[in-house]
Amino acid sequence: MKVLVPVKRVIDYNVKARVKADQTGVDLANVKMSMNPFCEIAVEEAVRLKEKGVATEVVIVSIGPAQAQETIRTALAMGGDRGVLITTDADPEPLAVAKLLAAVVAEENPNLVLMGKQAIDGDNNAVGQMLSALLGWPQATYASAIEVSGSTAKVTREVDGGLQVLDVDLPAVITADLRLNEPRYASLPNIMKAKKKEIAQKAVADYSVDIAPRLKVIKVTEPAKRSAGIKVETAADLVSKLNTAGVL
Amino acid sequence: MAVLVVADNDNAHLRDGTHKVVTAALKISGDVDVLVLGKGAKGVADAAAKIAGVRKVLLAESEALGHGIAEAQADAVLALAGNYDAILVPATSGGKNFAPRVAAKLDVAPISDIVEVVSADTFTRPIYAGNALETVQSSDAKKVITVRPTAFPAAGEGGSASVETVGGADAGKTRFVSEEMVKSDRPELAAAKIVVSGGRAMGSAEEFQRVIEPLADKLGAAVGASRAAVDAGYAPNDYQVGQTGKVVAPALYVAIGISGAIQHLAGMKDSKVIVAINKDADAPIFQVADFGLVADYKTAVPELMDALTAAGK
Repeated sequence: MKVLVPVKRVIDYNVKARVKADQTGVDLANVKMSMNPFCEIAVEEAVRLKEKGVATEVVIVSIGPAQAQETIRTALAMGGDRGVLITTDADPEPLAVAKLLAAVVAEENPNLVLMGKQAIDGDNNAVGQMLSALLGWPQATYASAIEVSGSTAKVTREVDGGLQVLDVDLPAVITADLRLNEPRYASLPNIMKAKKKEIAQKAVADYSVDIAPRLKVIKVTEPAKRSAGIKVETAADLVSKLNTAGVL
Repeated sequence: MAVLVVADNDNAHLRDGTHKVVTAALKISGDVDVLVLGKGAKGVADAAAKIAGVRKVLLAESEALGHGIAEAQADAVLALAGNYDAILVPATSGGKNFAPRVAAKLDVAPISDIVEVVSADTFTRPIYAGNALETVQSSDAKKVITVRPTAFPAAGEGGSASVETVGGADAGKTRFVSEEMVKSDRPELAAAKIVVSGGRAMGSAEEFQRVIEPLADKLGAAVGASRAAVDAGYAPNDYQVGQTGKVVAPALYVAIGISGAIQHLAGMKDSKVIVAINKDADAPIFQVADFGLVADYKTAVPELMDALTAAGK
């Protein structure tokens, strides 16, 4: 079974995004970039499927600037077999990303697309669902457990109010939630090995996909700041303040 | 131009988020219909018909819709999409699960998690864990939008719309196996007036239950948790407040043993009053808290319980 794992290079999880003074976007110059945390979880799960003998090949794909190559290398160091990099300096919207991924799926013919539920930059939580719809494959989002048996996968999903278990026919698109696993750190020998793994270099033009944006960004602004309030000394003091504020 | 609002419901109850999405819809157009997806959900449709400003209610029912299967939900919406210029879905995990499918099938850009309707084609949405607000103008003829309910006031009651039955839809290659819902008499996290949240400082699931739950019950509050507490297994994922969990904006938010990572603040900083209890005086949570108590929760929470009792709570 072949597993395709799309990964995205985003601002590092621990870095606070700053809005540019001219309101055109978020300042990413000289900011630490990393693999989107949910993509890391998806890579880890794919590698575990391979270690269990369920998956035979794990292909990593990324769409982004030339530096997204490093993100693919990280995934290869975790245990991915080879990579595909579609280089673009545009920041494609979820619809364009889903269409490009659908084109990669047509080339690669995986049995499973395993990806993060959301990227922490755009916070859209959309590409997996859109890819599933475009391919006509079943979807199982927000996975906290995946069990592949034969031509189906049983997926436990984190939903509003609890957990839901779905059984989907393969091929399918599954998106990873936080509790699916804890991603490994790549070991030094594996980082060295990953340098030799193949990454196919592609351009958007290699796929007949229109990535023109449908949304025009009018402005990007900083949200209203909340100012710090006061420190109280005791619990009793706190209760009296809350009573005065009328929130109890 | 007409707008279709997809109701937030669990087959038995219409959730308050629906009223809030209707408010957003009425800013786009005066012609707002509500679609109820479910099974045995006639009561939900009747409740939706009472929302002020709603033109009519459509009820689509099937087994798959009752289980919230995304493929079925998207198909049921797509069958009606021709009659509408915009489709608005609550930005819950259930809503975000199917709305992008609808957008993909219509070949339009989804607009996720809006917090403001600037005009019929221009909307504002948080990005980067709420550290930036992006205002976007859509060039698509049809718009598919998820709406953050806490950003809009609830539409009132007093409507008397008609209820019409429309076609259901099936699940295709997806089968429902089972579900395990957290049973709780507490208010629902996303709609609660008071939320008490615990963080990693709790140290264990037992401690989380021992400390957070009695305080929540005393205040009639919902229970929340930071991602760190969920990650460590102290609380179920459904409790998670933050960038990738639930976004809440209660009248009172009490953060206990929560440091205040960016991702957590993204989910609660619009609360009216924020209380933080943390023994680390430098914890970032104090930068957004209206009232901060620098103390170990182990002594502070019992004292708070006593003080509440003394105040007649």
